[in-house]
Amino acid sequence: MANLDGFVEATSPLMDQLYGAALRMTRNAADAEDLIQETFLRAYRGYERFEAGTNLRAWMYRILTNTYINSYRAKQRRPEESDLADVEDLYLYRRLGGLEASQRGRSAEDELMDLVTDSEVQDALEALPEQFRVAVLLADIEGFSYKEIAEMLGVPIGTVMSRLHRGRKGLQKALGDFATERGLLPREPVTVATMGEPPLEAPDPLPSDSVSD
Amino acid sequence: MSDHTCNDALTDLYQYLDHELDTETRAIVERHLSSCSPCLEAFDFEAELRKVIRDRSQERVPDELRAKVLAALAACEPDID
Repeated sequence: MANLDGFVEATSPLMDQLYGAALRMTRNAADAEDLIQETFLRAYRGYERFEAGTNLRAWMYRILTNTYINSYRAKQRRPEESDLADVEDLYLYRRLGGLEASQRGRSAEDELMDLVTDSEVQDALEALPEQFRVAVLLADIEGFSYKEIAEMLGVPIGTVMSRLHRGRKGLQKALGDFATERGLLPREPVTVATMGEPPLEAPDPLPSDSVSD
Repeated sequence: MSDHTCNDALTDLYQYLDHELDTETRAIVERHLSSCSPCLEAFDFEAELRKVIRDRSQERVPDELRAKVLAALAACEPDID
């Protein structure tokens, strides 16, 4: 039988982080509390099966994620995916004018601390459709590897990567929109082609008689 | 000097920040960054953004919830396999 003191000692330092993740997943405090309780109860009941020496934090997040997906997702289901607009890579960086920021003598950190607030980060994350939100949360906030996230979600690594790619762009777009509302960014998106990157939206196909160099 | 272009670097940007590139590709990206300040700026920006998002997402469990979880655990019978 799992030893309660041992379990609590090992897992309680993780409770703050897990609670933060539960809040972002469920998007409300009451569900987050239930999710945390259920996660810890499940983990305790299954603690005998946890292999000592493996990653306890990843194991707890796997239980949290599974519990969320199985118990809470269904009741929160709403149209997904289609509302995630496609935006260009480096969206915020380009909106800020790329190099201009540093030429004004400000670091990226200073720019960003001004640009986004705590509540905007939370609102932007919570506005992401679920599968993107969970992937971004597990990678960017919790720092798990693609492989760990793939195992937690039961999807291939390629799926994790594509959810991250789209989710991160969606997050940047939402943060950019908030900053625009606060007057920190110009209204019209400014495309600064610092990297010589083609626009993501494919242009019309070249007419057949045009010859590219 | 290197065939690695800005577009290649951009393609690798997130995998680089995610520590998911193999050592060889990572070294190639770093070589590019050391000689290309626009890419370095962009990488720094993305890394900083990640940090700000993480820092602004920290939460603390309410004391009542912590107590509730501990009470529920104490009252719970673990599975016996």
